[in-house]
Amino acid sequence: MLSLPLPIPTKNTLIPLRPKHSCSRSTRAQTHPFSPLPSPKPLKPLEPTTVARVALREHVQEEEEEERRDRSALAGVSPEGEPLPSELQDDLMPKHVAVIMDGNGRWARQRGLPASAGHNAGARSLRELVELCGHWGIRVLTVFAFSYDNWIRPKVEVDFLMTLFEREIKSQLDIFLREGIRISVIGDSSKLPESLQKLISDAEEATKANSRLQLIVAVSYSGKYDIIQACRSIASKVKDGALELEDISESLIEQELETNCTEFPYPDLLIRTSGEQRVSNFLLWQLAYTEFFFARELWPDFGKSEFVEALISFQQRQRRYGARL
Amino acid sequence: MEKGIGSRINQIWGNLVTFMRRSIFCVLSVGPIPNHIAFIMDGNRRYGKKQNLMKGTGHRVGFLALMSMLKYCYELGVQYVTIYAFSIDNFKRCPEEVQSLMDLMQEKIEGLIKEESIVNRYGVRVHFLGNLKLLSEPVRLAAERAMMATANNSKAVLSICVAYTSTNEILHAVQKSCEEKWEEISKLNTSGSGYGLIQLGWNEKDERENLIKLIDIEKHMYMVVAPDPDILIRTSGETRLSNFLLWQSAYCSLYSPSVLWPEIGFRHFLWTILNFQRNHFYLEKKRKQL
Repeated sequence: MLSLPLPIPTKNTLIPLRPKHSCSRSTRAQTHPFSPLPSPKPLKPLEPTTVARVALREHVQEEEEEERRDRSALAGVSPEGEPLPSELQDDLMPKHVAVIMDGNGRWARQRGLPASAGHNAGARSLRELVELCGHWGIRVLTVFAFSYDNWIRPKVEVDFLMTLFEREIKSQLDIFLREGIRISVIGDSSKLPESLQKLISDAEEATKANSRLQLIVAVSYSGKYDIIQACRSIASKVKDGALELEDISESLIEQELETNCTEFPYPDLLIRTSGEQRVSNFLLWQLAYTEFFFARELWPDFGKSEFVEALISFQQRQRRYGARL
Repeated sequence: MEKGIGSRINQIWGNLVTFMRRSIFCVLSVGPIPNHIAFIMDGNRRYGKKQNLMKGTGHRVGFLALMSMLKYCYELGVQYVTIYAFSIDNFKRCPEEVQSLMDLMQEKIEGLIKEESIVNRYGVRVHFLGNLKLLSEPVRLAAERAMMATANNSKAVLSICVAYTSTNEILHAVQKSCEEKWEEISKLNTSGSGYGLIQLGWNEKDERENLIKLIDIEKHMYMVVAPDPDILIRTSGETRLSNFLLWQSAYCSLYSPSVLWPEIGFRHFLWTILNFQRNHFYLEKKRKQL
């Protein structure tokens, strides 16, 4: 009676409850809406600066980072070859982490900056996270860069984001090749500018043999649309006679979704920053058994310590998949 | 004599509590009220262990908590309530537990049909959603009887998800959409007009019209009987969906209070509504942009 193929990962991740690690703040408080708000982190000091001065400061910082990377490239060693922090356990690390990078606009507004500054700061956060994931053995990192619903934003912002993606892919391609990072892009790429589409397919082609970390960037992506396109592809297979209606199963749908580019399509952990507690039409099917972590920090402020907090919370969870331990 | 006074005092106290609750709801109704709330009722077994109860009693206390929450929802004016009663994954549990849950469900479903039950008091129409073929015969028949008995109620809706997982629901919708399209195409072919189109050249517009759309999939979902939820609450502090309403929760707010389901009460409900009202205007603005 119960011969349904269930989309449950076959690796046994049922773990007994580990004793809580001593951390300064209870990690459960992170997702508990009745707990008192933690004392707000002080904002980075805001001197009254003009936009030009801020832009210059950013430019100098980026130049310094470029220099550092060039130096380390020559030395053949990544500047932050981070070992796993002692609070985390190697065998409990998630294989696939998904991130909704929310809060760039709010971060910029808080500092009186234009939204573009927020997105630039967000790109920096992402670079840091990709490096950490690469060093800590996370196999797949999926990030929600641009939703299908975001096309309605002001044209100036959308154009800036497209330019930002192009710039980031071009500048990071060397690092991906060196660090063994494979980049894949999911979403409706037909709406992207031609130059970006070409850049993406070139980058995907160049990095497709890399296997240390797979970075999946969701651009112009909608979870519902993903399922619909899987359904259409199945329907056309049925129409062509390659498939019978009875053969349609959950694993078949899984193979037709856009996340079929990876061995681990189901995220173990989903992090959403800026305190919003919603999925917002990201990876709907794939999030069936994913543990959620809602971080209060805005995305540009999400760094190593916040990521460690999310991982600690993840490692303490009991994943039962509907059964009992 | 004392017993009489005791029960009078209880009655007066009960009336006072109800009056205060209704007043609070009147005040809340000035602001936006969620149209649809979904509950994942997690923590029954942990509650039973915590209180040293016999096996299965945690779920019975959980049922009482459910009745209270339904009362609060319908009194406030929430029109749709969905609950995750039993997942397809739960069939993996040990057979005794599954059987005791099935027995409990059958008992409570039969209770729902009775005259004085909550569904008749608030005019609630009950739906049982999921792959009902997986249920045992007596439970399935009881569910069908309950659906027929409440079919004429129209003030509110209660959707009880049994033998349900969201991936199974989407799979079912995909199968039905493919079947429908297949029948459409077969009809076109047999009537000869499809043949004609192929002769003339199948142009792109026809290709696009024949594609499966969002609306085709949505109309075959089990949850077509209700709009998307505004709030999804999972008790006992676990922050995951466990294959519940994946499609429908694309834009809804997710809350995970750490209270166990049998311990949930009025103050948690109140807090949820206040949070909803606090976030509502910001979310509405975003939704209007869509």
